[in-house]
Amino acid sequence: MTDQAAAARPHLVEKEQAGVIDWSSGPRRFITLYLPLSLFVIILLFPFYWMAITAIKPNSELYDYKNNNPFWVKSPTLENINKLLFQTDYPQWLLTTMTVATVATALSLFSSVLAAYAIQRLKFKGSQYVGLGIYLAYLVPPSILFIPMATLIFQLGLFDSQWALILTYPTFLIPFCTWLLIGYFKSIPFELEECAMIDGATRLQTLWKITLPLALPGLISAGIFAFTLSWNEFIYALAFIQSAEKKTVPVAVLTQLVEGDVYHWGSLMAGALLGSIPVALLYSFFVDYYVASLTGAVKE
Amino acid sequence: MTIAAEARAGHQFSHGWLTRLFDYKPFLVFICLLPALGLLLVFLSYPLGLGVWLAFTDTRIGRAGYFIGFENFQSLWHDPVFITSVWNTLLYTGVATVGKFALGLWLALLLNNHLPFKSLLRALILVPWIVPTVLSAIAFWWIYDPQFSIISYILVDVLGWRDTYIDFLGAPWPARFSLIAANIWRGIPFVAISLLAGLQTISPALYEAAMLDGANAWQRFRHVTLPMLMPILAVVLTFSVLFTFTDFQLVYAITRGGPINSTHLMATLAFQRGIPGGQLGEGAAIAVAMIPFLVMATLFSYFALARRKWQQGEDND
Repeated sequence: MTDQAAAARPHLVEKEQAGVIDWSSGPRRFITLYLPLSLFVIILLFPFYWMAITAIKPNSELYDYKNNNPFWVKSPTLENINKLLFQTDYPQWLLTTMTVATVATALSLFSSVLAAYAIQRLKFKGSQYVGLGIYLAYLVPPSILFIPMATLIFQLGLFDSQWALILTYPTFLIPFCTWLLIGYFKSIPFELEECAMIDGATRLQTLWKITLPLALPGLISAGIFAFTLSWNEFIYALAFIQSAEKKTVPVAVLTQLVEGDVYHWGSLMAGALLGSIPVALLYSFFVDYYVASLTGAVKE
Repeated sequence: MTIAAEARAGHQFSHGWLTRLFDYKPFLVFICLLPALGLLLVFLSYPLGLGVWLAFTDTRIGRAGYFIGFENFQSLWHDPVFITSVWNTLLYTGVATVGKFALGLWLALLLNNHLPFKSLLRALILVPWIVPTVLSAIAFWWIYDPQFSIISYILVDVLGWRDTYIDFLGAPWPARFSLIAANIWRGIPFVAISLLAGLQTISPALYEAAMLDGANAWQRFRHVTLPMLMPILAVVLTFSVLFTFTDFQLVYAITRGGPINSTHLMATLAFQRGIPGGQLGEGAAIAVAMIPFLVMATLFSYFALARRKWQQGEDND
């Protein structure tokens, strides 16, 4: 009833035409919309604030809530970060993670571009079954695979080497990237490629000079997404790498910084914070690509 | 123009057998699929099969195993730690999925309004999902600290609702729910942003029509939004159930299965028995035991929702 009455008022009708669900204005909109929304944002972001503030707190403030407001820091210190960078293998871990993530992403992108091109453009007998198979591969979770994979890695002599990660990460990157790229290739008109081929370009030249430049947004989406997934990967890196200096950041922060009974929360938080910054930076530059690949992968 | 010219030039100079080979379609298909399928077959299909085989052997680290039939599964069946881990996994998946979808859908509906700084908001909301899970789990570990928990601080010292600090991770049930809360926190952004994409595809005309027919807000949600959202909801739900069921990182980082093995999920138990424990056969058996649950959960969430969508679509026609 109230809705009908509201709909009769002209300014609300205008809003409804723009596709807005009808909310009454003023205090009700505040209670039903802005209040829950700000609570969501605060709760979703609080752990990062807490991480950051803990990382720059001196120990005297960190363990004394009675005399200090725990939500703020009076005398910020870089000691935790300093200790992390110069007294642990942290830079080495960052470098390893960066290398593994970059190489695994490049390898996966290369394989996925070719596979997606074959499935979407070189329609061959059974191409949709290959596509379905690759999709199903995405549904196989790493938690099921890591034990047999560890024995395989051991047999191949790759245990405790970066190659163990570079070769296993594509198992979850390739299915994802291939599906994303198939979607992108679908959106590129085949006529463009036909033109090039009529002009005498070979298939691979067409792929390299026509299709790929047009699919660049898709490549960027797939690439940064794959990089983030490899950066965040945990279980394989935990199972296949043993030496402290060869570990990736997520594993090293958890296993190398937490030794013994005393947790150094300050440096632990600094480690978590620094390990998040590269992906957060990448993310902030390419937000739209992330959203596109996230929703694209779900829609396909 | 330049592309065409270059292509023509390439054509003139390269009548070699190599060029013809690369334009021969079956060969090209083979070459294009080789890297992807090669990697997937060697590092995914083979380990999957090997895992099933290992589950029926008594393999340990550094020692090849013998086929022992269902012995691993029989001993697991009588192993209270394993049974607890199965219940934990079901509880964790069930409660966390319901929480994630209720809150995620709510957040998506909120974001579907006209808001100032909408794209910034969307960007901020996705952050928990972008940051490495283990690193945010470490933040939760600190938030759940028995002595310096900020939640306890707020409840006890700021609001005065409790007298004692909560021992989040010290006892089985609080620890389980702390883990579930952390999992919900991490899952909300994915659900919300995916469902928001679904919401944005719903035509405003449908809401107008419903409103003209006198539908109130709840009726519009129930009879327009929900059915239209069903296909994407089914996919997101399938993925979410799959990844929650096999979750490893959060539990490993926050409790490592403790206190006294009471918060183990099947994945963490498989790791503990398989890699540090060295019982590869038994670990593989625990991992293989997840497969039926996964297949069931996937089929259920996919077909249950897909069928409803199909039925409703038919009714509407």
